[in-house]
Amino acid sequence: MNDVTLKNARLADGSIVDVKIAQGVITEISSSIKADGPVVDLKKNLLLPGLVDLHTHLREPGKENSETVLSGSKAAVHGGYTALSAMANTSPVADSAGVVEQVQRLGKLAGLCDVFPIGAVTVGLHGEQLAELSAMANSAAHVRIFSDDGKCVSDPLLMRRALEYVKSFGGVIAQHAQEPLLTKNAQMNEGIVSGKLGLTGWPAVAETSIIARDILLAEQVKSRLHICHLSTRGGVEIVRWAKSQGMSVTAEVTPHHLMLTDELVESYDPVYKVNPPLRTIDDVHALREGLADGTIDIVATDHAPHAAEDKDCEWSAAAFGMIGLETALSVTATAMIATKLMDWQSLAIRMSTKPASIGGYVNHGLIGVGAHANLVVIDTEARWKVDRTQSLSKSRNTPFHGHELTGKVTDTFFNGVHVLANSALTGNKYE
Amino acid sequence: MNNLLSTKDMSAKTAFEILDTARELARITDGPNKKLPTLRGRTIVNLFFEDSTRTRLSFEAAAKRLSADVINFSAKGSSVSKGESLKDTAQTIEAMGIDAVVLRHSSSGAAQRLAESGWIKAKVVNAGDGTHEHPTQALLDAYTIRSHFPDHDRDFSGLHVGIVGDILHSRVARSNAYLLSSLGAKVTMVAPSTLIPTGVDQWPAELSYNLDSVIGDLDAVMMLRVQSERMSDSYFPSEREYAHDYGLSENRLNQMKENAIVMHPGPMNRGLEISAAAADSKRSVILEQVANGVVVRMAVLYMLLGGVPIAGGSEIV
Amino acid sequence: MSVVLDSGEIDRSLKRISHEIIEHNHGLADVVLLGIPTRGVSLANRIGDFLESIDSVVPVGVLDITMHRDDLRIRGPRPLTPTLLPAQGIEGKHVVLVDDVLFSGRTIRAALDAIGELGRPKSVQLAVLIDRGHRQLPIRADYVGKNIPTNLRESVRVSLKENDGIDQVEVGQSE
Repeated sequence: MNDVTLKNARLADGSIVDVKIAQGVITEISSSIKADGPVVDLKKNLLLPGLVDLHTHLREPGKENSETVLSGSKAAVHGGYTALSAMANTSPVADSAGVVEQVQRLGKLAGLCDVFPIGAVTVGLHGEQLAELSAMANSAAHVRIFSDDGKCVSDPLLMRRALEYVKSFGGVIAQHAQEPLLTKNAQMNEGIVSGKLGLTGWPAVAETSIIARDILLAEQVKSRLHICHLSTRGGVEIVRWAKSQGMSVTAEVTPHHLMLTDELVESYDPVYKVNPPLRTIDDVHALREGLADGTIDIVATDHAPHAAEDKDCEWSAAAFGMIGLETALSVTATAMIATKLMDWQSLAIRMSTKPASIGGYVNHGLIGVGAHANLVVIDTEARWKVDRTQSLSKSRNTPFHGHELTGKVTDTFFNGVHVLANSALTGNKYE
Repeated sequence: MNNLLSTKDMSAKTAFEILDTARELARITDGPNKKLPTLRGRTIVNLFFEDSTRTRLSFEAAAKRLSADVINFSAKGSSVSKGESLKDTAQTIEAMGIDAVVLRHSSSGAAQRLAESGWIKAKVVNAGDGTHEHPTQALLDAYTIRSHFPDHDRDFSGLHVGIVGDILHSRVARSNAYLLSSLGAKVTMVAPSTLIPTGVDQWPAELSYNLDSVIGDLDAVMMLRVQSERMSDSYFPSEREYAHDYGLSENRLNQMKENAIVMHPGPMNRGLEISAAAADSKRSVILEQVANGVVVRMAVLYMLLGGVPIAGGSEIV
Repeated sequence: MSVVLDSGEIDRSLKRISHEIIEHNHGLADVVLLGIPTRGVSLANRIGDFLESIDSVVPVGVLDITMHRDDLRIRGPRPLTPTLLPAQGIEGKHVVLVDDVLFSGRTIRAALDAIGELGRPKSVQLAVLIDRGHRQLPIRADYVGKNIPTNLRESVRVSLKENDGIDQVEVGQSE
């Protein structure tokens, strides 16, 4: 099932090639391959390494009504992803080997993409006591990324210890940078709009102060820090400075922060309620520049499914978060490539190669002989309108419903298995 | 008028229509019989998710004087405390057959959400949403100011209104700043900078941190209620310091212009934002505000519940 | 629309109504005119002028009935016209209501309700320029300028100089 020859694939460098896959591994790339088995003609559509997400909320265990590992995997493949990183804020929290192994097992069972569990930094995400990081790292799930995402590891001493502790097994702490005392009851970006709407503001400094602190902490203990969902100009500038000093920090941005601003909140429609909040147009420009120049290393979805009742309510009662797996590539392409800020080669690095290397996902992020055939095919010219009812996620909370986007994922190959064809699931899976 | 959600986008024309209607209603109901048959057969629900006896009573009196049936719903001891949402509550009540919802809610934007989400068909009147707006309060304040300055009956320009206190958390301040400025008045907001919202320079109002420097220039001063929990959140150090800097003391009262009036949306914290001397002075129009609230809300309900006019036939009836 | 009453005919009708009012009330003692906005007010003023030229000055007022209507469901809210009562009030007076067209009678019903809230006149009489029939209530006019039989699809349009720049009454099919 995972032997296939791809004809007429356009690589990111513009060359048109055939790609032969045997046993889920790329065995040959050349201008013309004589196929001896199944063939898929890519008709000069773009072939990139399968997308890799370092920030996905799959809600299983605990909130299976809004997403499961299986439904999340379907949405991922629909959006061109071959690897997900399941955030730890499930119920129970993924703060022990047992939970991360369960999530990994569910991912394997789904068989549509790799599901790499992220471990919690602190027990129950309470920010008080380190979780058993080493046990999770040494479990069958081989956890390398640890995060309390949704909450900030705000205690500086605890953060320092966590950074030090994961060094021994090559782990990385992915910090949700949000000083909790500066964001008590915060509902949206603090600015002109929040003042007008009477919603409690979420100041940029709540993010930048933690980013600055953690960069200095990581430098102090010589460990790896990853900043989740950067959302402010100030955050970009601090990371840029840190990189210029040679410090070991990586950062991500979400597609929605590359595209949307806080003025959307004027509708009071909670589909725009997200953490970190939508910021201003100035922040959007800074994030785009940061992603283009490499200050921001990767795009991560922060795919956060929520059941209808958690969004179909008044603003302050609504949950934070947006789904994003199925629109990430198109939104990023629309924000970065249609605007000529970036090319497809850079996009492949930001959405596949670099996240794979940060997460240590060795079977992802590359197209080459000997590499696993985790691949995505993109019709770069397609313009399409997002329709939330077509989502394969269990949830519908996309802020892009009705938006017209450029570039569409048509096919996904997971370990050589053709899991998505013509933008529809094939029913195939990798076992 | 479809709904009354805010004063931000309300034109001066619409505002004056409401104020004119209210004034006429005040005259009509000034006799022994305060009741008009206008809204007979209509049902209005006061949907209050937040305690506010004054506002609820005012809306209730307004609806009853127009002969509407009134249902009062307060969140306390109801299904809401058992976790029923605004959506479910509103739909449940609408199923009983209602024409308009008067909504008080602690969440900013709740009224707009109720009106625009398609949950219900009834008209929505915002009776205060979180720290966002309280449009009928602003209308009754405008009505009160107008009645004291007959020279400005059609145009508030030349009038200077000060709004003093917790602007950040005040729906009254937002609604008044928008409404009074669109009627032509100059509005100055006075507060310590911790209680001023971000982006206030975009508001149609001036800003001052010093009450003494503006008090002598005001035609009306609106004192906002200061909640004591603001102090525990470090917005200001102590009640004493707040009262000293921003309270309407007798001394400040005496610096006001001859015809200037003192307003307060209630309930007052005597001794904090307003001294007893100011609250009880002849400048104080605080009780007039309460009375005006009823006629202004009558006008709003009347204008909200009219159907679509039949074209070209004024003689049919 | 075709014109059924021109300026001269309107004038003559109002003059005749004025005489009838004097005759019916044996003079003008205690007579008060109340016009119903908008055109009823203009007509009341004109009748008042005729009465003055024929006999003596009568007080003329305005009675806004908007808040007493029972048709808010089908009609939009309209700006209220101030009700202006003559200084003498209406208590114990002969009140003559003046309106342009009498049709279903509902306006007059609302006017009677409105008067009831203002005081207790000795009598209430009704003067209209046009009676087009189709009453839905037991109401009749004491003074009628002209009876114009119509069907329900027709509409009657009264124009007056004060309000519309021209004096005429038209009848036509409504769209």
